[in-house]
Amino acid sequence: MTSGAGAPTRAEIMVFAACREVRDGDCVFVGVGLPNLAVQLALRLHAPRCHLIYESGVFGARPVRLPISIGDPCLVSGAAQVLPMAETFLYFLQGGRTDLGFLGAAQIDRYGNLNTTVVGPDYDHPRVRLPGAGGAPDIALNARRTVVIARQDRRKFVERLDFRTTVGWAEGGTSRRAMGAPGGGPARVITDLGVYGFDAGTREMTLESVHPGVTLEQVREATGWDLKVSSSLGATEAPDEAMLRLLREELDPDRIYLKG
Amino acid sequence: MQEAVSRFVRDGDTVVLEGFTHLIPFAAGHEIIRQRRRDLALVRLTPDLLMDQMVAAGAARKLIFGWLGNPGVGSLHAVRRAVERAYPGPLEIEEYSHFGLLCRYKAAASGLPFFPLRGYRGTDLPRVNPHLKQVVCPFTGETLDAVSALHADVAIVNAQRADSQGNTQIWGLVGAQREAAFAARRVIVVVEEIVPEDVVRADPNRTQIPSVVVDAVVEEPWSAHPSFVQGYYDRDNAAYLAWDRITRDPAELERYLDEWVHGLPDRAAYLTRLGEVTQDRLRPGPRLAGPVDYGDYR
Repeated sequence: MTSGAGAPTRAEIMVFAACREVRDGDCVFVGVGLPNLAVQLALRLHAPRCHLIYESGVFGARPVRLPISIGDPCLVSGAAQVLPMAETFLYFLQGGRTDLGFLGAAQIDRYGNLNTTVVGPDYDHPRVRLPGAGGAPDIALNARRTVVIARQDRRKFVERLDFRTTVGWAEGGTSRRAMGAPGGGPARVITDLGVYGFDAGTREMTLESVHPGVTLEQVREATGWDLKVSSSLGATEAPDEAMLRLLREELDPDRIYLKG
Repeated sequence: MQEAVSRFVRDGDTVVLEGFTHLIPFAAGHEIIRQRRRDLALVRLTPDLLMDQMVAAGAARKLIFGWLGNPGVGSLHAVRRAVERAYPGPLEIEEYSHFGLLCRYKAAASGLPFFPLRGYRGTDLPRVNPHLKQVVCPFTGETLDAVSALHADVAIVNAQRADSQGNTQIWGLVGAQREAAFAARRVIVVVEEIVPEDVVRADPNRTQIPSVVVDAVVEEPWSAHPSFVQGYYDRDNAAYLAWDRITRDPAELERYLDEWVHGLPDRAAYLTRLGEVTQDRLRPGPRLAGPVDYGDYR
């Protein structure tokens, strides 16, 4: 039996779901980890002309090994352009040249707003000090679509964020547009349990599919608010054997990101 | 290095230590620790292992940053202990997005009092950072965010090479090296090699920092380890993974500082201790750029 066989893991289903969010020709702001695998997979499947942008200052990266950080030297060798970080933010993001951005979060609320700053109600005396903003607020503000990738439990999917580092649909409805956010806002949230979209009117997160083997009850259990569920709730499409082989044998052979 | 740090870095200074993943000034940071500088305001887009070490060593009063962590690995526990529990002492923090801090460098480098951006609307960051303000565009009436110029006392930037005057060339990720250098009052450049002036002049497009803003040039091979220098050595990911265990335990961290910083006189000794095997493991194969013709205009 080759390593390409065997049922997909949750991480592999997440990568495949994220991969399907990439459209051919997109300028994609990529992070490390699962988003990177997702975009590498998309490049080999349906989006051979997408452009990989890293906030470290790389446009059109073609890494020949799995990058360990967004500043990995393998992103530079063979890239189309290297530019100062400031210009990456000024021209690619604020200048409106980014189609898709991937984000992660320690906490997310029902409108896709994100916290990566502190856990606990008191900023000055945090229970846990998280990494902070990095590039996320500007990706979220400016990209035409954003996709959030996170593992899901009640500590992450919260009724109220301890701190809003990054804006999603703000307070829902038209509030994001009213504040003058130029980008298109969050399109999807992909977790280890399911895939979510956002209601076109209220902008509330709505469960669209659950991964194979996951029950709706489990998803509700892992959500800190009364979860909206799509009337056409389905099962998340799982990667087929050829895709799994690509992921396991070529893209992450040491299973750095695909474990679990 | 000893001389550059002792001449240009003073207690209480605001010190920019840039290098985004690439070219992180570890050797300079270690020398600052060795010389027991105190009360520094350390500025860096992405405080990582080096900042964790400098905070643990008691060099810092304040951290100005965009994202803090050991990328892909975990937390900076020395920084977290200081922020969460004021252990062993308090640490003031002032945080921005990467873009916000980059704009602070850009304003200072350009001689402007502030830089406008769309960046913080809808976030809680202005609530905790009084330096984030707003400004109304006189042309469109749009309310924009604004960050003030950050005039550092010193910037320390690593690079592949420079001539002895300080004309500094970088390839690979250039990060915020140029902005940081133009924004600071004093600049120390640390390079893998000092090269003859005509090597620089043969390829002026590669020069990121001109001699006129540079106060000291230090030649010190492997001065960015465990980060990387494009074309010279790879990132030592094993060292970043190992740091996770060290930083969790203050006693272990103390031992690290004793062994790798206080216990060594300089980077040459660090390199000897690092050993040939590690160095060989990190050296990449060649991938040369083609030459370009600048033309001879007599």
